Amino acid sequence: MAPIVSVSNLVKTYASGFQALKDVSLDIEEGEILALLGPNGAGKTTLISIICGIVNPTSGTVLVGGHDVVTDFRATRSIIGLVPQELTTDQFETVWNTVSFSRGLHGKKPDPAHIEKVLKDLSLFDKKDNMLRELSGGMKRRVLIAKALSHEPRVLFLDEPTAGVDVNLRKDMWKVVEKLRETGVTIILTTHYIEEAEEIADRVGVINGGKILLIEQKTELMKKLGRKQLRVELQEPLRDIPEALGSYDLTIGDGGDSLIYDYDTSGERTGITTLLTALAEAGIRLKDISTQQSSLEDIFVELVGARA
Amino acid sequence: MNFEAVKSIYFFEMARTRRTLLQSVVSPVISTSLYFIVFGAAVGSRIQEIDGVSYGAFITPGLIMLTLLTQCIGNGSFGIYFPKFTGTIYELLSSPVSMTEIVLGYVGAAATKGMMIGIIILGTASLFVDLSIAHPFVMLLFFVLTAVTFSLFGFIIGIWAKDFEQLNLIPMLVIPPLVFLGGSFYSVNMLPPFWQAVSHFNPVLYLISGFRWSFFEIADVNPVISLVIIIGFLAVLMGLLTWIFKTGYRLRN
Repeated sequence: MAPIVSVSNLVKTYASGFQALKDVSLDIEEGEILALLGPNGAGKTTLISIICGIVNPTSGTVLVGGHDVVTDFRATRSIIGLVPQELTTDQFETVWNTVSFSRGLHGKKPDPAHIEKVLKDLSLFDKKDNMLRELSGGMKRRVLIAKALSHEPRVLFLDEPTAGVDVNLRKDMWKVVEKLRETGVTIILTTHYIEEAEEIADRVGVINGGKILLIEQKTELMKKLGRKQLRVELQEPLRDIPEALGSYDLTIGDGGDSLIYDYDTSGERTGITTLLTALAEAGIRLKDISTQQSSLEDIFVELVGARA
Repeated sequence: MNFEAVKSIYFFEMARTRRTLLQSVVSPVISTSLYFIVFGAAVGSRIQEIDGVSYGAFITPGLIMLTLLTQCIGNGSFGIYFPKFTGTIYELLSSPVSMTEIVLGYVGAAATKGMMIGIIILGTASLFVDLSIAHPFVMLLFFVLTAVTFSLFGFIIGIWAKDFEQLNLIPMLVIPPLVFLGGSFYSVNMLPPFWQAVSHFNPVLYLISGFRWSFFEIADVNPVISLVIIIGFLAVLMGLLTWIFKTGYRLRN
């Protein structure tokens, strides 16, 4: 199946001379949830802005649903919903009006039943007649999501949707995202919260300095880059690693109270069995053992740090 | 053509007018009434008729134009500047609307509001002076053309402006002198020849003169020339707008 969003060789140089995107290519499959991770100024928002039509590309092409975002913008923009990063709202409008306005802008006939459903899904319905300036930050964020969903998009962009949002809303939002995915909506979100990507994304892309550093299935990524640690707590502290264990990649932790063994989860053999046997043979008595997997965050920090 | 979008923008803008009814409608009515009291009743009573028209009636078309120009520029510029200022413009730019539709929505609403106020002022004026409109259709033509042209002018200012000072620069500093020196309160024929010649470089003179002609059949310049000048100005603005949209000037850059 053709990708729903296809970005090829995209370059954006702003008038100031700043190059925000350097030759970015990326395919997004219909129905997936893609998380784009990257530090501030990495180019995430510029990338989204070009796909949505807010910023003109300097060169390269973007296809959405097989249509070019510049020459065939009507076709592409009518299937895209965008939740921007900034809480920008018409302060003096009511929730109902501003959400209905968004639907109209996208060329859809008024449909109060749909607007009502969207507002109810986001727990906004009882605020429908409130002016936006009366709402809290979290509520405004919901309104922006409601606006983006007002015209039933097939592709939804969430630009740091959970920045500055409380736990309840974050969970509500994940629920909404889950529901949308069930209806086949493709979701692209940028985030600083790596747990978020870990929690809901199918694929994860890492972007920095205007380049996509990698893009991979989340599980693959974790497998590929994920390292595991085995931590062995000892009955009696050790000062040095016994010679018999020299062939293992061991380090002493907690001032000698534990041994730490790093191993690769993608390897055929992890070496755990032989290590434990070797420990027993060396007469080392164990108190406890535990394993720990490196998180996406570790992977991310490593990647961005190494290639920046 | 995305008519739903044009409709949405238009009614969204008109709703803003309703919310600010007092400021949008009552204040121009009050200021026009003041002009009538000062220029029409107090000063005007000592001024003889101009070309057979009482002074109060003579200044009415000029006053309507003054308000129409200021209102249309103000509405047109504010309508598009405000979303730029608050950031809600992202939505407009990411919607399946062409620039033509954006202009139809915003400029249509700005012109409508300007014309509503123009009509209210015409009504207010008729309370103070005897008015007759010799050529209602020509009057309407000038009225609508001016409203659309200057709403469009305002729209361009709104796109160009980077802050509130720039936004107010032209409406506050450029338009009032042009209107006052464009024969709102006098016939340019009353000026010394040198200033008469200078006045002919003032585009607003042509608007006021043509508009006044549709009321009283008296004009400083041939009304056909007036019409050509407005249409010419409109064409220049449309050209400018086309360039803005093509390059994404201050919108998509």
